Order: sequence, then structure tokens, then C-alpha cells
Amino acid sequence: MLSPVILIPAILNGLLTGAVYALVALGLTLIYGVLHIINFAHGAMLSAAMFAAFFAFRILGLDPYVAIFLIAPAFFVIGYGLQRFVIGPASHGDDRNMLLVTLGLAVVIENVLLFAFRADTRTIDLPYAFQTIDLGFAFLAIPRIIGFAAVLVVALALGAVMTLTDTGKAIRAVAKEKVGAQLAGIDVAHIYAMTFGLGTACVAIAACLLMPTYYVNPTAGEAFVLVAFTIVVLGGMGSVAGALIGGLVIGVVESLSGLFLGESLGQIGIFLIFIAVLLVRPTGLFGAKA
Amino acid sequence: MWNRTPFSRREFLASTAAGAAVVATPSVLRAQGAGVKIGILHPVSGALSYSGTQGRLGAMLAVDEINAAGGIKGLGKIDAMLGDAQSTPEGGTAEVEKMNAANVACIVGGYASAVCLAVSQAAARYDLPYVVDVGVADSIVTRGLKNTFRFGPGFGTISKVAIENLAAINDAAGTPAKTVMIVHEDSLFGSGLAKLLNAQLPNHGFQILETIPHPTPTRDFNNVVLKIKAQNPDLVIPANYYNEYVLLARTMQQQHVRPKGIYSVLGGAASSYKFVKEFPDAANYIMDCNHWFDPKNPKALELKKKVEAKGEFYTYEVYMNYSCVLLVADALQRAGTADRAKLTEAIASSTFSGHVMPYGPTKFVNGQNEGAAPVNTQVQNKDIKVVLPEKFAEAKPVFPMPA
Repeated sequence: MLSPVILIPAILNGLLTGAVYALVALGLTLIYGVLHIINFAHGAMLSAAMFAAFFAFRILGLDPYVAIFLIAPAFFVIGYGLQRFVIGPASHGDDRNMLLVTLGLAVVIENVLLFAFRADTRTIDLPYAFQTIDLGFAFLAIPRIIGFAAVLVVALALGAVMTLTDTGKAIRAVAKEKVGAQLAGIDVAHIYAMTFGLGTACVAIAACLLMPTYYVNPTAGEAFVLVAFTIVVLGGMGSVAGALIGGLVIGVVESLSGLFLGESLGQIGIFLIFIAVLLVRPTGLFGAKA
Repeated sequence: MWNRTPFSRREFLASTAAGAAVVATPSVLRAQGAGVKIGILHPVSGALSYSGTQGRLGAMLAVDEINAAGGIKGLGKIDAMLGDAQSTPEGGTAEVEKMNAANVACIVGGYASAVCLAVSQAAARYDLPYVVDVGVADSIVTRGLKNTFRFGPGFGTISKVAIENLAAINDAAGTPAKTVMIVHEDSLFGSGLAKLLNAQLPNHGFQILETIPHPTPTRDFNNVVLKIKAQNPDLVIPANYYNEYVLLARTMQQQHVRPKGIYSVLGGAASSYKFVKEFPDAANYIMDCNHWFDPKNPKALELKKKVEAKGEFYTYEVYMNYSCVLLVADALQRAGTADRAKLTEAIASSTFSGHVMPYGPTKFVNGQNEGAAPVNTQVQNKDIKVVLPEKFAEAKPVFPMPA
């Protein structure tokens, strides 16, 4: 079992899978960092975005990678609208209420998807979905390599937005000190919505990266969100770099524990880390002290 | 409690959620008209909604056909009372109560074993005859319930036939397959099957290299496929649900793993037109032992055309439910009444052979149709062909898979 023939591909696959986890976690951590809530609707939004990618392919004939440029902005707008006109007003200025509103949203979105598209599992078949790069010691699936590269690009771009643009600076200001930011003339409701939009766009990109090799049904997104939550805790709540590193670590851990303990117990590794982080370093790898 | 909350938006969301749930789960819809009332009960919402909807489609095709021909002689048209088990045993039980209150003559359906177990028990309290469409758990018919009849084969029969046929196919090809790896989902269905395979395959000369369980859902099959690749078995036997099956088959193709054969039991690619249509390359030459229609029965082929004309896949839920409703209609006609006790007797003594399954005449022993059996199918030339038993076979099994 320790043979490098299995071990090396398992680690590489873990890294590639972890990148997509990281992207889902990136959206979650962004929203947490600024709004200080766990967005329970994250999984439902992922399912919705996967359906969007599916129908973009089926109806418009758009390759999921091309569809990113259509779906990510669309979901940014949807996320912005949801926060600005539904979640924000419904929570009456109390952040804790947002948590419950997102939970309600998750129920609504999932059931609307179920009503509209039924529980049927759908996949798309692309000619390159089965192609691999032969490294001699491992076959790496091309869609996963593309996904990995895309996640790195998105993370870098997001980092640049956060440090270089005025909006990014405002987001960080609101995250640090909401009242202070408000006094300095920052429109907090707008920044909240911008953040929610960015987080939702991250999930939309993740959906497009997943579709070439994964399936979609109304609850497909759920499977990713629990893992993403662990990554957020590991990387540090609200940290972009933490989400990226955390995602890669969790991907490898999941892959290796699946290999050694069996797939049924594969997730044990993830949740052991979850507990260990909470015990030893509750702020996570890159998290600031609360 | 909602009255006291100041959050109007939350209230709105909550009511919308409830509204969406109600719209998504139509519970009991009643077709109009007099005649004889039959309960058609499936999980048309929730996790099993696809299978449940397919089952309802099959049952309604039979009802419409019978009614178009004037109904049941002496009793008039069938009034189908549709029920939704919501993919849970409790949902199924609740529908039995409603159907009993509406005075149905009998209930057809159930689909999932857990639902069938609950429904049969609830129906037994009212001496309400119940015909199980699919539910394979053997305990459905071994509890001595007089009202419960299963038209299809149970788990014990299916796995026995699957193992015997596998050995027969392998022997006929000169025993090219000696080593086996089993990949199974870790709930009752997959684990039970893996246990049976582990106990019986060695008796037929197979060596089991490894048995790999995985949860449902599993997002990634790379590790499993790497293990298969490292051990290089002659035969891979998957026992899992559709989503995982798709991922496993795709990952095997991606990692260039080509065993001499892929042989699945209950629910593989070789019994899914959907999989064959969407992944013709990954599906090619996969073999399966599952419920299937009689390919030499013109009525079965006519029904296939009808279902495909509706844009639906011809899945086993469709033709099994279609057959079950015909079986009940035949019993009603012979009983000449909708009286539950007389109908139960009529079903128990049924020798009905006008169905579309490869079962021969019906014969119930303690509620189980003794003629019921699965068949072996294989994906050949982008189509699904029955390869065993010979009586129903349309093609010879191709084994080992051509390189």
C-alpha cells in the first residue's frame, strides 16, 4: 500500500481536488471575514451555479470553462442582490439574524431547484474530460489541472482586488472595524453586498471547474460545503491565503486517509484536523486573533 | 412563534420555503371517475424522486391502456389514486392511511425496500392487498404478511443468479478471469452484496484481491481506481448507486484501467439507457445482472417505444410497475369485485402471464412470485442486450472485453 506507484498519484490528485475545495472555501471565508456569518446558502448556490453551467452547455453549447465569464458575473450580481435586498433587510441590522436568513435561503434554493429540475443526476460529456497527461509515474486528468491553474489565478486576482483597489480596501476596513468604516464614509451595506457577490462568484467559478468531471443534482453542492467549512477553520476565518493553503492540505489529507483507512473512513482525517485545530490553534493557520 | 418575530422577511422566506415544499411534493392527486379505485404509491419527491416518477409513469401507462380499452370487465374503469411516499417510510405509511380512508381496492408500488417494508405493514392492518413493484429486501415477503405480494425477484435470488451466471460466462470463455476486486457502497445494499460475493465467489474459482467500501455520496474515485490499478484484477464488480457508478467508470477510463470485465449487480451501466447514451465509451461491454424486460415480448417493445416517445428512459421502474398494474387488473377481473379479501385471494392464486417481464406465468408462494428472476445484460454497440439466460438472450456475452 505504501508503494510510490499509488502514493505519488494519490498526493497529486489530493492537491488537484483540494484546489477546487479551496475555491469553495474562498467564497465562504470571504463572507465570513466581512459579514461574520457562516453562509449556509453556499452549498445551494454551488448547486445552482452547477445547473447554470450545465444548461449553458446544453442550451447555448458553451464549454464550462468559457461559461465562467458569463456565469461568474451573473452570480456576482445574484449574490449582490441577495445580500442587498433579501439578507441585509431581513436581518434588521443584527448580524446573527443573517445566519438564519441564509439557512432559509438554502432551503428555498434547493427546493426550487428540485421543483424545476427534479432530483435527476445530470452530467455533461466533453471530449477532453477523459484526457490525461502521462507523467510517467501518474496520470493527471486535464480538467483537474485546468481547475488547479484557474483556482491559483482566481486566488491571486482576489488577493490583488483586496490589496490594490478601493473596494478591496473598503472590504478590509469593514472587516476590521465596521463602525469605524462607516464613520469614515464607507457604505457598509454596499460593501457587505459586494463581499457576498464576490463570494458567490467564487462558488460559480468552482461550479464551472467541477462540471466537466462531476455531476449535478439539487443537493450536489452540499458535499463540498462541509469540507469547505473545515478549510475555513483550518486556514483561519477570513483569510484568503489560509483558504488556499487549507484547501490543498485538506485535499491531500482526504486523499491519503481515504487510501489508508478506506473511502468510508476517508473523511475522518478531515474532521480530526478540524478538532485538532479548534483545540490547539482556534484562530487557524493564518487567522488573526479574535 | 412566527407571530411574535419582528422579521417580516424571514416570515416571508419561511412561508416561501413551505410553499416551495408543498409545490414540490404533490401528495395525493385523484383521477376522476367511478369504477374501481387503486392506490399508486411511489416516492415521487425526495432523494428517490427520479425512480419514483419513473415508477408512476409505468403504472399510469398501464391504467390508461386498460381504461382506453373500456376498463375492467364488470367493474368499470380504474380510478388511480396517486400517492407520494416522499422517499421515507413515514411518508409511505401516511399515504396508506389516506388511501385506506379513500377505500382503495389495493395498493401498487413502493420502490425502495424501506418504503415497501413500512407500507406493507400499514396496509396489513387494513387487510389491504399490496403489490410490491421493486423493493428487493428479502424481509418484505418473509414476515408472513398475507396482504403483501412481490412481483419481482428479491435480493437472495438476484445475487444467486448473478454469481451463477458470472461463473457460467467465465467458464464458457475458458476461465480468463481468476482475480476479482469488489467496489461497493457501504450501506445495506452494497455491503450485503459484498458479503455474499466474498462468501460465494471463491467456491466458483475466483480469488478476491480486495473489497473496497465507499460512502454515498463519494466525490472522488481516484484512490479506489489507483488501488484497482495497482492490483490489476481480471474483474471489477461494482455495487453502488448511479452517481457513484458514473464517477467510478469515468475515473477508470481516465486512469487507463481496463480489466477483462466489469460485472455489476443491481444498478449498473448495463441496465441504464441513460448511462449508455451519455457515456457510450465508458459503458461499452459492461455486464450487469438486474431487473429487465423480456426483449422477445412484442408488448415490452411496444411499451419501450411509447416511453421513449415521451422523451423518458425505459428504466426497470417503468416496466415493472406497468406489469404490476396489469397483474392487479387481471386479479380484479377474476375476483369480479373490489372486495379486499377476495382480491387478495385472486392475487395469491394468480397465474398471470400477460406482463412484459421474463418471468413466465406468475406463481405466488408466501407472497413471492416464484417465476421472478433477474437477467444478465451487456452493453454492446451502444445498446443494451440480454445475454443470459439463453431463453431470453438477444446476443452472446462478449468476454473478456476486447482490448
